Amino acid sequence: MKVLLSGDEAVAAAAYDCGVELGTGYPGTPSTEILEEFDHLGGRAQWAPNEKVALEVGIGAAIAGGRTIVTMKHVGLNVAADPLFTAAYEDMNGALVVVTADDPGMSSSQDEQDNRRYAVAAALPMLEPSDSQEAYDFTRIAIEISERWNVPVLLRLTTRVCHSKTVVNPSGAPLPKTAKAYEKDIKTHVMLPGFARLAHKRLREKLAQIAQWNEESGPTRTVKGSSALGIITSGISFQHVLDAASEASVLKLGLTHPLPIETMRKFAAGVDRCIVVEEGDPYMVEQLRTAGVAVEDKASIFRFGEFNVDRVRRLIAGDTTPEAPPVPGKPPALCPGCPHRGIFETLRDQKCIVCGDIGCYSLGTLSPFDATDVACCMGASIGLGLGMRLTLPEEQAKRVVSVIGDSTFMHSGITGLVEMVYNPPPSGHVLLILDNGTTAMTGLQEHPGTGRTLDHSKTGKVVIEEVVRGVGVKNVHVIDVVANKEEFGELLKNGLEKPELTVIVARRECLLAVRSIREYERANETQCN
Amino acid sequence: MKHSVTNVVIGGLGGQGVIKASDILADLVFSAGLDVKKSEVHGMSQRGGSVSSDVRFGANVFSPMVPPGEADYLVVISSDQVPVNQAALAADGVLIDDSKIDVSKLSNKKSVNVALLGVLSKHLDFSVDAWMAAILRNLPEKLHEVNQKAFLLGRNG
Repeated sequence: MKVLLSGDEAVAAAAYDCGVELGTGYPGTPSTEILEEFDHLGGRAQWAPNEKVALEVGIGAAIAGGRTIVTMKHVGLNVAADPLFTAAYEDMNGALVVVTADDPGMSSSQDEQDNRRYAVAAALPMLEPSDSQEAYDFTRIAIEISERWNVPVLLRLTTRVCHSKTVVNPSGAPLPKTAKAYEKDIKTHVMLPGFARLAHKRLREKLAQIAQWNEESGPTRTVKGSSALGIITSGISFQHVLDAASEASVLKLGLTHPLPIETMRKFAAGVDRCIVVEEGDPYMVEQLRTAGVAVEDKASIFRFGEFNVDRVRRLIAGDTTPEAPPVPGKPPALCPGCPHRGIFETLRDQKCIVCGDIGCYSLGTLSPFDATDVACCMGASIGLGLGMRLTLPEEQAKRVVSVIGDSTFMHSGITGLVEMVYNPPPSGHVLLILDNGTTAMTGLQEHPGTGRTLDHSKTGKVVIEEVVRGVGVKNVHVIDVVANKEEFGELLKNGLEKPELTVIVARRECLLAVRSIREYERANETQCN
Repeated sequence: MKHSVTNVVIGGLGGQGVIKASDILADLVFSAGLDVKKSEVHGMSQRGGSVSSDVRFGANVFSPMVPPGEADYLVVISSDQVPVNQAALAADGVLIDDSKIDVSKLSNKKSVNVALLGVLSKHLDFSVDAWMAAILRNLPEKLHEVNQKAFLLGRNG
């Protein structure tokens, strides 16, 4: 029966229909809804503290013979890159599908990196769906490839595929499991150099076989059109192309690493003009040119931002007239009554140099707070602050404060805290941990500090102030800034004056989450009694 | 093929029900057996910023995004967001904003989104019953009555 699903929901539905035994990941727009939907359907889904841990859990599950899906946004794959590269060498007994949700145009991200580069760098197969039907079908294909060649498979979505709802006809067919029972085999599961040298060769052989399979029976589509214009494309760009150039011949790739170069060569030879329409980096263009296939690249202005039908039309026409900037809309802001507000007002009024982090509180950068000076990636606030303290003249160094949220602290703030204790700046340091009891920006997900699992049931709770004291910080304060703003101002002032380490945990639940949190707490109490 | 596709853009601010309105519209046309694609950007926009959602439907829809200047209907929940979304509208397209309804007659101001769907419904070929069914499917029961009334206010206004 046909259903209307987002790309994220379609991935979850396919994972569920294929009997995926474990879904794990870290929330991040636009990938978050995959695991939420997988849980909703009845699958085992869990949030990890960060993407690296999620992938490690996934690798363990796949080596043990399980079918596993690990989800994250594009920058999450940077965090998970270390296990990814070595998992490529190790034999997966079951299936491991790693979903990377890229964000061309940066609708809610700090960069627009093109994670097709990871497929090349880690030597892993990559599938790129263009709508929800393909998100469903390709998830299944990813599991099949993973089990057939015992390799992790990357499934690359983009924001428009994740969040667009399109019609899906789910096959619903079961996928027979091929994994053998787990047996110890150190040559394929322990990458000591001697084993890894052989494993690298095996991986290249697998890739060659997958490339051959892609040539013969990969998920490639062709649209027959005029021989005057041929377009090679993949992912969401394909859908724009169908609107923008209905007369063209189109070769649309599904498995974009390793590419079916001979199929592409033949297609290019059969048309007068062959242009590659790909959002983001000139990834296919470079691969084709390296293989000696002459194709036309997009003009450089089209490397930036998201495609739409109009931009694809101009790309094909070679129209490089400067693009009018969109009419600016109302920017997002911290909610009225948000507990972060008083904190950023205080930081602004005390003229602090603020190293911020990733979350709602990145909105403390904007008016009326104008508080944040520097930010980079998840967890970076602490390291950035320490580096600035070590380098700025004393009068400025004393004003540096790191500000991190609760979920981000769990994600990658703890190692920064260890650095703070291990290499303390002469001026000391002040760290604010804004604990609003949820992962707010991505849509109110649980994390290890909430003491509830992805489905909001009770579990072990990591208590932030206990971690901070345990690591060795002496001056630790917990305060509700909404109720005690003046006292918070004093605490901050005292912390900045002392050449010591101070951590202030500002605890007050997110306004958007507080009602649900009370409901979860009540439900969990009832269950425990 | 392109001309058989109807393009609707719904705009407003985070929290005004832009995405809910596009969910209802997409569900309506999907239930009528048409091909449909609906697209928007989540994330930062949820914190009170500008939000827009595209719904395209017809026999066969390709891109999920309404090409700029090709929206047949632009539905804007708060009129201050018209300038932000104006570029989406075709030269002969129809603008539907909150000036098209008597907002004071709504028992719940949060149902402006559904009232504007009522206005939109006058331009589209779907029955009131089909609209009502889609509204009920996409809202919790306690909001059914207020939204049914809101829809009719827009429809009959």
